[in-house]
Amino acid sequence: MGTGVSKQVEQLDQVVIRFAGDSGDGMQLTGDRFTQETALFGNDLSTLPNFPAEIRAPAGTLAGVSSFQLHFADHDILTPGDAPAVLVAMNPAALLANVKDLMPGATIIVDSHDFTERNLTRAGYRSNPLEDGSLQLFAVHELDLSDMTLEAIKAFGLTRKDATRAKNMYALGLVSWLYGRSLAGTEAYLARRFAGKPDIRDANLAALHAGWNFGETTETFAVSYEVKPAPMPAGSYRNITGNLALSYGLVAAAVRSGLELFLGAYPITPASDILHELSKHKRFGVVTFQAEDEIAGIGAALGASFGGALGVTTTSGPGIALKSETIGLALTLELPLLVIDVQRGGPSTGLPTKTEQSDLLQAMFGRNGESPVPIVAPRSPGDCFDAALEAARIAVTYRTPVILLSDGYLANGSEPWHIPDVDTLLRIDPGFATTPNHETEAGQHEFWPYQRDPETLARPWAVPGTAGLEHRIGGLEKADGHGNISYDPTNHDLMVRTRQAKVDRVADLIGPLEVDDPDSSARLLVLGWGSTYGPIGAACRRLRAAGRPIAQAHLRHLNPFPRNLGEILRRYDRVVVPEMNLGQLALLLRARYLVDIVSYNQVRGQPFSAGELEDVLGAAVEETNR
Amino acid sequence: MTTSVPMPAVAPAGLAGVPLSDVPTSRKDFASDQEVRWCPGCGDYIVLAAVQAFLPSLGLRRENIVFISGIGCSSRFPYYLDTYGMHSIHGRAPAIATGLATTRSDLSVWVVTGDGDALSIGGNHLIHAMRRNVNLTILLFNNRIYGLTKGQYSPTSEIGKITKSTPMGSLDQPFNPISLALGAEATFVARTLDFDRAHLTSVLTAAAAHRGTSLVEIYQNCPIFNDGAFEVLRDKEQSEARLVRLEHGMPVRIGEREWLHDAHAADPSAAFEISRLDDGTMNHVPIGIFRQVERPTYDDQLRDQVEKAKDLDTDADADLAALLAGSDAWNVGPS
Repeated sequence: MGTGVSKQVEQLDQVVIRFAGDSGDGMQLTGDRFTQETALFGNDLSTLPNFPAEIRAPAGTLAGVSSFQLHFADHDILTPGDAPAVLVAMNPAALLANVKDLMPGATIIVDSHDFTERNLTRAGYRSNPLEDGSLQLFAVHELDLSDMTLEAIKAFGLTRKDATRAKNMYALGLVSWLYGRSLAGTEAYLARRFAGKPDIRDANLAALHAGWNFGETTETFAVSYEVKPAPMPAGSYRNITGNLALSYGLVAAAVRSGLELFLGAYPITPASDILHELSKHKRFGVVTFQAEDEIAGIGAALGASFGGALGVTTTSGPGIALKSETIGLALTLELPLLVIDVQRGGPSTGLPTKTEQSDLLQAMFGRNGESPVPIVAPRSPGDCFDAALEAARIAVTYRTPVILLSDGYLANGSEPWHIPDVDTLLRIDPGFATTPNHETEAGQHEFWPYQRDPETLARPWAVPGTAGLEHRIGGLEKADGHGNISYDPTNHDLMVRTRQAKVDRVADLIGPLEVDDPDSSARLLVLGWGSTYGPIGAACRRLRAAGRPIAQAHLRHLNPFPRNLGEILRRYDRVVVPEMNLGQLALLLRARYLVDIVSYNQVRGQPFSAGELEDVLGAAVEETNR
Repeated sequence: MTTSVPMPAVAPAGLAGVPLSDVPTSRKDFASDQEVRWCPGCGDYIVLAAVQAFLPSLGLRRENIVFISGIGCSSRFPYYLDTYGMHSIHGRAPAIATGLATTRSDLSVWVVTGDGDALSIGGNHLIHAMRRNVNLTILLFNNRIYGLTKGQYSPTSEIGKITKSTPMGSLDQPFNPISLALGAEATFVARTLDFDRAHLTSVLTAAAAHRGTSLVEIYQNCPIFNDGAFEVLRDKEQSEARLVRLEHGMPVRIGEREWLHDAHAADPSAAFEISRLDDGTMNHVPIGIFRQVERPTYDDQLRDQVEKAKDLDTDADADLAALLAGSDAWNVGPS
């Protein structure tokens, strides 16, 4: 078949595709570009990057494999998909690491260039999978992408190393043809990215087009596919990752509160991107401070809060442990402070680039003394925006540190995001104290830093520079009202209970928990929190479609819980709580509500798959209804 | 004494941007209503009195002065001053003060710390504050002992010190805080004595006037756990022979050697050499300003970056809308 002969176009309702290669092969970029084009095309989508902690592990080894999975559809979807239908593998290791995840009959596009005995051995293959029949379940397209790329761009006279690096663009061009994606966005991207290196820019553009043309002209690919745009509510959309949405939420909180945003942070994976992003937005008065350590990061943020800024610190993994003492100080000083914990596999250094939900109990209890802190957890990448705004609102309204629990999956995963109208974002009133708030018996007006708002129990936020309100606060116990140091036993009891009562009252702001139980006939409730929303929701849809009723509720607020949570838990015969930990929320629910909870747990560093939860929840529904 | 101190006509560099008081303030204005609770005879009383008497001379509004401390005896200091204050976490005061000073150029920010607080648990924050040159004045009360925890040796205790935790004598080499500060790129480094109020006040005045991190080591006596640690410097008969009083541009004489002290030298080597004059015997103890050089401060430069980045033509809400929309957005029409 030659150019100009139109090929058959097959309609699909959804596709899961995975790009895999060495850490240096540019698979994250390839996935990201394909995602941007898919988003612009109007599909609903969800992505799952997966990469090693090592920056450049030895080439061609399993340890160095980096992948990017994208699920796109003509309908509303909730997860990056379970078993990919398409795998693009750039070397033997990438094939070996990913082939076991594919659905039967999946298409594999593989760069055969590196399938030499040496490289096969390095990857861990004993025989060549392209020849030994082990891939017979799949439709394999063996292409020497490396050589075809070199051939396509030989006119540019690049070094072999630079030329080989363009093979990800060749692969992107080919896959873009296969699914009818435009190349325009990537062309513009390459023009920007390599503006100062015209040779490399043009070579990459040539590779991109060569890949597309290869798909269109070769007989290897007889069919291309179309996934129509998904219907979505009217509005403006963009594709967004959790870390980016979270950063924007923080900027929005600063703009809508009129407070200066101060981020104190120490680099740590996967939270660092928030530091990188916020450092670009000084025009909003955002100040970023790369501290000498995690402790200084939160300390400086607290100092900024004392001065009337919105203090924020970001961290992951063991970083949250280092911040514990300062969170304790912030909560007894009763100053607003945002602590963003992008959870990753633990304990200790654990799995820096993998996701987990195992910091919940640390967020709840990981401080000395009775030290309650409100906890907010976003459910999807885009929801990180709203969660950050809400965490800021709670922190400012109640004068308290708030912990926001994101995770590695939300941080790096992406989805289409309905861009909010700025005018609809609620303003946050800092409500700084400006005048004395207490009159002595002698008629003198004084400022009492621990005299509380009767409704919220928040204390006044009086910032340095305010005449007449000079006061001293510290980590020692303070007397109710005037706030001077107090070792009085009754006062301490009162202050401990008051700090708890204040956090409990955050429930007034957050409203009741809603349950999704379409025909109100479910006897089983599945309750999740944080990033498990997608796979739990997808599993529930499948079960309902198969005629098995199931109720779903998802907690954004882990402390305090919504006021109606106990009543909801008692309404169902069985409550299942899937978590990417060993049952941390379940422990809290049992202790608080004396309700039995069926835990379902995994800590594999990857999100739940919808299929896995469908099986587990389906079996639980059967058992409950028996 | 409630005599008002004359105010300066123009704020020195270290206090530029901090609003001046309309009326003169007095020592009394800076005393809080809290009962001072250090041990009788503690050197901290003298330093507190000196600071309360000195602060009015800055001419600042009281509400624009903030004292931040860590943990330890000296860190109770903020409670006794009627300014804004925070008694924070062991060792972390320089970090907290950095966040405050960076976001509030209109404040005069002071850190009060001790030898354990600043040099042991908080050593990292101290050196990084000095390296960055944040506009802070750090008062390091050095009594060479842990007082609040009742008498363990500190990072400035002499080798072989017998304490509760070192019954056979301490083993570790002490820090020389001046040498440490010079090594950490501090732009203002001085030492003074709790019992020499005139010297203490003159050093505080110079430290407050300096823009950047000023480190002031104050030898301070702990009468309970390390009494007399600096007695040889206080004793009239011995002190003149032991104290080496540093004045910029004035000669320094040690035995046969004599040279001019240049506190403004760009290279800190000479200041470091002076800091080593005391080999631990206190035979030659330099006091005064070792180093005082100008270098742009972290907080001023960061504020400059923010100002440069600000686009004055758009309002924040419109700018936020543009940020959220990004460059890759698409529209979905009403269905």
